[in-house]
Amino acid sequence: MQSAIARPEKLSMYGKETMRQMHDIGVGSLVIVAIISAFMGAVTAIQFAYQLQGGFIPMYYVGYIVRDTMIIELAPTITCLVLAGKVGSNMAAEIGGMRQKEQIDALEIMGVNTAAYLIAPKIIAALLVIPLLVIIAAFLGIIGGYIASTATGQITGGQYEMGLLSFYQPYFVFMMIVKSVVFAFILTSISCYQGYYVTGGSIELGKASTNAVVLSDIAILCADYIVAILLT
Amino acid sequence: MIRAENIKKSFGEQEVLKGISTIFEAGKTNLLIGRSGAGKTVFLKLLVGLLEPTSGDIWYDDTNFTQLSLKQKKAIRMQIGMLFQGSALFDSMTVEQNIRFPLDMFTNMTKKEKIDRVNFCLERVDLTGTNVKYPSEVSGGMQKRVGIARAIVQNPKYLFCDEPNSGLDPKTSIVIDELIRDITHENNITTVINTHDMNSVMEIGENIALLYQGNLSWQGNKEEVLESENQLLQDFIFASPFLQRLRSRALGN
Repeated sequence: MQSAIARPEKLSMYGKETMRQMHDIGVGSLVIVAIISAFMGAVTAIQFAYQLQGGFIPMYYVGYIVRDTMIIELAPTITCLVLAGKVGSNMAAEIGGMRQKEQIDALEIMGVNTAAYLIAPKIIAALLVIPLLVIIAAFLGIIGGYIASTATGQITGGQYEMGLLSFYQPYFVFMMIVKSVVFAFILTSISCYQGYYVTGGSIELGKASTNAVVLSDIAILCADYIVAILLT
Repeated sequence: MIRAENIKKSFGEQEVLKGISTIFEAGKTNLLIGRSGAGKTVFLKLLVGLLEPTSGDIWYDDTNFTQLSLKQKKAIRMQIGMLFQGSALFDSMTVEQNIRFPLDMFTNMTKKEKIDRVNFCLERVDLTGTNVKYPSEVSGGMQKRVGIARAIVQNPKYLFCDEPNSGLDPKTSIVIDELIRDITHENNITTVINTHDMNSVMEIGENIALLYQGNLSWQGNKEEVLESENQLLQDFIFASPFLQRLRSRALGN
């Protein structure tokens, strides 16, 4: 990690690599994040609406619950768990493959600080793009909840909107951003580490890729707990 | 010139190199030969600094490479070109981008100067016009030549080739060998080639070092190979009865 934050040989090359990673992480993950978040919001809305029917709690609470659930927990945590599977395994496999094909040795011999060139742009790109993906996920989750709950006739659009506008706390958005930054760092650093230090053949590369996902998921859930304690 | 002085390398209890001292001369193709497990690849990795010796020194001309800091080693590495066994081309880059990479990373040349230099190197390895192809779109022999082009793009003083002929047919192997030899002579490069290929030994072996079980067991040139009585060398070079008959015929027996 220390060598990954060393001074770049040429800033423009690192910038170019960071842009490429931002594209791969951001554009490459947008569809899956959109689908998952929309369904998360939809299911959350339908299930809460079902539980609130005939009770003492007003139905407009569905909008409020979906909004806060998405912002505080589902958008940052589930999105990053999904990204650990998609982006993390991809990073581990890419760097591990480069190690096995001697491409990292080739970079070393050229005089490139391989840890910095291969890892730093990925971490920076993830820190910039993943919070944006999480914000999009929260937004689409709320939209998904609106569509699902109004389409099934459980509540009206007006009730849902009223819930969305009730008890809003901007601090929860801050929590979401903090979580997404922490999770982004965790999933990229663990995945890059697993790939960078892979040894052996294709079986070890597969294991490194799996470890990247499993360890990132566990670390994200632990970090979620810690951040929740620290920020509430 | 590169000089190795009493190089030893151990991995745990296993001593892979047991004190190798040799000189690789400038302007010559220096070949490292030996059976699998003899320590050739480890020795090559020690020479380029991918591994650290347990003891001993490696000198690049008047500079003790093993005593340098990482930053100082980088300065030497800027003068090194290396061709890897599997070519080690970057899959996500085109042929041109692969060759241009060291120029992009370490020089302030203009885009036109870089492209001119890349085209010169491509022409030198007879791959003109392949700029926009990806490594997966060219043959194994062409990948080796792209690897050579990338290795020489910064005019290196030292060129290392790890099994340059592995996986190639004999005809293509000769093309690669001749290319490496010609580039070595043209630019007075200190070239070190790690090879199993007997054609290479007999074609371009201007200085040959035979490693056996971690020791340097013989050193000479391709003419001396035929006449040497060193049994380890003869067993390695003329391994088959066919080659033994050829040797006998060449010596007039």
